[in-house]
Amino acid sequence: MSQPERIYAEPMINMETETYWQGTKDGKLMLKKCNACGETHFYPRAICPHCFSDDTGWYEASGKGTIYTYSVMRRAEIPFVIAYVTLDEGVTMMTNIVECDFDSVEVGQAVEVTFRPTEGDQALPVFRPAN
Amino acid sequence: MSRSSKAYIAGVYEHPTRKAVDKTIAQLHTEVAIGALKDAGLSKDDVDGYFCDGVAPGLGGLSMAEYMGLDLKYTDSTETGGSSYVVHVGHAMNAIAAGKCSVALITLAGRPRAEGVKSLGARSYGEDLPELGFEAPYSPVVANMYAMAARRHMYEFGTTSEQLAWIKVAASHHAQHNEHAMLRDVVTVEDVVNSPMVADPLHRLDCCVVSDGGGALIVVSPEIAKTLGDRCVKVLGQGEAIKHLNSGRFDLTHTGAVTSGPIAFAEAGVTPDDIDYASIYDSFTITVLETLEDLGFCAKGDGGKFVSDGNLISGSGKLPFNTDGGGLCNNHPGNRGSMTKVIEAVRQLRGEAHPAVQVPDCTLALAHGTGGQISTRMGSATVILGRNDA
Repeated sequence: MSQPERIYAEPMINMETETYWQGTKDGKLMLKKCNACGETHFYPRAICPHCFSDDTGWYEASGKGTIYTYSVMRRAEIPFVIAYVTLDEGVTMMTNIVECDFDSVEVGQAVEVTFRPTEGDQALPVFRPAN
Repeated sequence: MSRSSKAYIAGVYEHPTRKAVDKTIAQLHTEVAIGALKDAGLSKDDVDGYFCDGVAPGLGGLSMAEYMGLDLKYTDSTETGGSSYVVHVGHAMNAIAAGKCSVALITLAGRPRAEGVKSLGARSYGEDLPELGFEAPYSPVVANMYAMAARRHMYEFGTTSEQLAWIKVAASHHAQHNEHAMLRDVVTVEDVVNSPMVADPLHRLDCCVVSDGGGALIVVSPEIAKTLGDRCVKVLGQGEAIKHLNSGRFDLTHTGAVTSGPIAFAEAGVTPDDIDYASIYDSFTITVLETLEDLGFCAKGDGGKFVSDGNLISGSGKLPFNTDGGGLCNNHPGNRGSMTKVIEAVRQLRGEAHPAVQVPDCTLALAHGTGGQISTRMGSATVILGRNDA
């Protein structure tokens, strides 16, 4: 179960996404929802990609989801699992799966968010098998 | 029957180099242009339209037009990754039909081997990419993006590594006859599944080669084609599409071919059953499998069965594909594969493929390009080509 920890690159942050990255520092996964059409979108934008409304707002996600697909990168210097996780809120995001046995990762597996420090001073949302 | 066509491919050229240490990219662009013009029986001064991708040297086509000394009335540098050149064929056809130009030159050149670009390198498309912060820290590379599509396809449809391997096996059967191919050894399903795992579930032999080189196409008006003879090939239909992450609601089991294919087939007035030969972009084995399903050569989810048991091998299979060995065995110039897909389709329709892989009486052919990362942010483009008398 013990994986050596990867060093995560610092994410690029801009004025549209700084709330997301402030959230990860606070241990929260923040999503953007449109107040006009009610749809959540990912990655977060100032303008809703469903209806072009600029009336969008943040909310905290449950942090729960399931693995949509994954690939184990065993040849990497520090092996890791890249994945797409579908959040309970309905959107799917790229992530890494941590605190897992590489051989037991499965499509459909329940996972929960956790956070890892990045180079610099940021925090990155990753997922681990749910208890 | 004789189908009408708004444009013809009159000339093609595939650069023979696979490692271009002693040539610049601009030089390679020009060498393939010369080759395709010679093949068409045309000269530089006949060219009035120029098409290149967004990574050709300079700003769009500006620098290359100057370098080659072209006198142009029409240019297009649409960039959709490896699918760009099939996009360009359609755009050239439309420009010709609109009377904007009559002889269109399309070029591709790249030298990733000479430049030492790693095949598994991290993507770097600029810091202003809006999605960058939400992907780059997780270390996506080309191979693991395609691997995740393969994994999901396996989960939903029971596709196996052995079935994917048949795609490489078929490509290798063809590549043995191509003196320029990088990988000419015929491989077995066991060879593929026992090759090192690159990005689970894709093995090394599920991946295409990395090569230098390039290619060029000359697309001309019907009036000019008449003067050039019956080696000209009809452009019967073309379709293109972009598929993306759709604000977080997407699947990895369909490609943009579900959109580009029907547009191309409808314009050509043909169906998948009519196609004698198919060039399918093969950056990875999974690329071919999903594309064949999405183009309608088999039902969604049946791709694994469809490609098995040599069904893609010329001479024995129902759908001969990539008879030059494709990206999986022959070459992948500049990490962009759809140029050579069109070139081999033209060879087949002219009866100029290697005799060992030539499809008898090849009348209708399809070439399909895939660009970007499969099913996430991707370009798809399909072109249907017909023999001069098709």
